[in-house]
Amino acid sequence: MDWLTRFPHMNDDTLRVLKKSIDEGFRTFTRAYGDSIEAFFQPLQYFLIQSERFMTNTPWPIILVLIAAIAWIASRNWKIVLSSVVTLLLIGFFDMWDDTMKTISMIFVCTVLSIVIGIPIGIAMSRSNRLQSLINPILDVMQTMPSFVYLIPVVMLLGIGKVPGLIAVVIYAIPPMIRLTNLGIRQVDRDVLEAADAFGSSSWQKLKNVQMPLALPTIMAGINQTIMMALAMVVIASMIGVQGLGQPVLKAIANQYFTLGMFNGLAIVGIAIIFDRVSQAYGKRLQRHLEVIHG
Amino acid sequence: MAEAQANAENGIRIRNLYKIFGHNAASYVDMVEKGMTKAELNEKHGHVLGLKDINIDMPSGGIFVIMGLSGSGKSTLIRHINRLIDPTAGEVIVGGADVVKMNPRELREFRRRKTAMVFQKFALLPHRNVLENTVYGLEVQGVSRARQVEAAMRWIERVGLRGFEKSYPNQLSGGMQQRVGLARALTNDAPILLMDEAFSALDPLIRMDMQTVLLDLQKEIRKTIVFITHDLDEALRLGDRVAILRDGEVIQQGTAQDIVLNPADGYIANFVKEVNRGRVIRLDAIMEPVEPDARPIEIRAHAETTLDEAVTMLTRAGQNELSVVNGDGRAIGRLDLQRIISAMVTPATSE
Repeated sequence: MDWLTRFPHMNDDTLRVLKKSIDEGFRTFTRAYGDSIEAFFQPLQYFLIQSERFMTNTPWPIILVLIAAIAWIASRNWKIVLSSVVTLLLIGFFDMWDDTMKTISMIFVCTVLSIVIGIPIGIAMSRSNRLQSLINPILDVMQTMPSFVYLIPVVMLLGIGKVPGLIAVVIYAIPPMIRLTNLGIRQVDRDVLEAADAFGSSSWQKLKNVQMPLALPTIMAGINQTIMMALAMVVIASMIGVQGLGQPVLKAIANQYFTLGMFNGLAIVGIAIIFDRVSQAYGKRLQRHLEVIHG
Repeated sequence: MAEAQANAENGIRIRNLYKIFGHNAASYVDMVEKGMTKAELNEKHGHVLGLKDINIDMPSGGIFVIMGLSGSGKSTLIRHINRLIDPTAGEVIVGGADVVKMNPRELREFRRRKTAMVFQKFALLPHRNVLENTVYGLEVQGVSRARQVEAAMRWIERVGLRGFEKSYPNQLSGGMQQRVGLARALTNDAPILLMDEAFSALDPLIRMDMQTVLLDLQKEIRKTIVFITHDLDEALRLGDRVAILRDGEVIQQGTAQDIVLNPADGYIANFVKEVNRGRVIRLDAIMEPVEPDARPIEIRAHAETTLDEAVTMLTRAGQNELSVVNGDGRAIGRLDLQRIISAMVTPATSE
C-alpha cells in the first residue's frame, strides 16, 4: 500500500537526469549565444544609463520643477502637484534623493518599454481571437510565476546588472498593459465602428481615429497598473544589481536595520502614490468628454 | 421609365438579393428560391432568412423609403447598399457598378465618394466635438483641412447647429446629435444618402421637425436618399416611393398614394387604416372629369395638391368646389368638398 501514502513519482534517477540535461542544455545555449544576446540588449543599456545620468546629474531643483510641471500638465490639479513636491522634498530631506532618482529613472524606462512593446501586442490581440487565446495563458504565467524564478535564466544569460533587472521588471509589469489595450479596443462601441466603416475608413484610419482614442482611458489604466507593478518589483530587481531604493531595503533585510528599511520603503510608497495620482488624473481628464451635461 | 431613371448615375438597382445568416448560407439559396419558408429554414437547418429575392429600383435624386416592422430585414437591406453586410446572393448596382463585386479598395473608395450614412443611434465619435465629427468623411478622403472645415461649417449652420461646433456629442440632446449625424453625412457630399431609422430615436415633435429639415434640404441637394423607418406616417410623408418589407420580402412598392389607395394585401391594408389619408392622397387620384359645358370654377388647384391642402384652400375661400389643373394651368378635372372629405375618411374605391 506504499503507493497510497507516497505519491508514485518519477524515478529519482530519471528526474535527476532530466533536470541536469535541461540545465546543461540551457548552459550551452548561454555560452553559445550569451554574447550576442547581450549585444542585442546594448541599446537598452545605453538608454538606461542616459536616463539615470540625467536624473542624478541634473541639479535637484530642476528635477523638482520638471516633475511638478509634468504633474500639472497631466492632472491640472494643484493639490496633486503640491503633494508631489512635498513628498519629493521630504524624500530629499531624509537623504534618499539619489536612490529615488535612480528608481524613478528605472521605472520610467520600464514603463516606456512596456508601452512600446505592450500596445502593439495588445492591438494585435484585439484583432484576432486566436492570438488572444494564445497570448492570454502566457500573460497568466508571466504574472503568477514567482519573479525569483525567472530571474535565474535572465541572470544566467545576461549576468547581474541593470539590463537583466530591466527585463525582469518588464516581464512582470507588461501584462496589464497588453491586457488593457486589448480590452479597451474590444470594448469600442460597434455602432461607432460601423459608422467609421460606412464613411470608408481604412483599418489604419479606424485604429487611429476611433479605436485608439476610445480605448485610451482603458489603456491609461493599463499604464497606471504597469507603473505600480514595476515599482513593486524594485526590491526584487535590486537583488540582481539594480540600483535605487531597493538596495537599502535589501541591506536592511539582511542586517535588520528597521529604520533604514522603513524610510526607503516609505519613499517607494511616496513615489508610487505620486505616479498613481498623476496618471489616474490624466486618465480621468481624457474621459471628460464622456460626462453627460445635457439630460 | 423607372427603369431608365434607375440606370442614371446615382440610382440604385437591387436584383435578386438574398441574405441568409448562418455558417453554410450559400447552399440554402437554392432551397429558399424553390419556396422553403423562413420558419422551415430556421427549424430544420438552423439558418435565418434575412432577405428574400429583393428587387428594387431606387431612382436617382428621389427619396426612397423602406418601411417595415422590427425584424422585417429593413436595416439589413440598407446595409447591403454600402455593403456593411455582404449578401448571400444577388446584385446591388449603383452607377453601373455592382457593389457586391467590388474588392476592398474599390469598396472603400465607393463608401468615401458615393455614399454617406445616418444612423439610428447617431454613432457619433464621442471623443470628437461637433466640428471634428462633421469633417470625418472628408478627413478620411484626405481633403485639405481648410476645405474640410469650410464644408463642415456650412452644413453645421444649415442644420441649425451654429455655435455648437465645439460641443461634444454628450452635451447635446438627441435631436441635436442627429443633426450632427445629418451634417456629417451631408458634408461628405456623396450623391447617395443612406438613413437607417435616422429619426426613430427622437421624440415625435423633434421627429416631425427633422423630417421637415430633410424635405427642405432635399429640395436643394436632390440626392438619392434611402430612408428606413418603421413608421408608416413617416414613410408616406417622406417617400417619393415606398417599399414595404415583411419577413425579408418586399410585399409592395409604389408611391405613397398607391399604397394607401391600393394596399397589396390585408397586412398592408391594416396598416394603412390608421394613416392620415388627407396628407397622402392627391387631387388627381380622385378627381371627376370636367364636363364640357360646365360653368367656370373660381378655385384652381394643382393636380398634385394633397386633399388636406385642398380642404384648407376651399374653407379659407368659403367655396365648396375646385378645379384641378395640370402644370400648364389647363383644367383636367373638378372636385367638390363632399367628395374630397369622403375620400379622406372612407377607404376610397380603387380606380
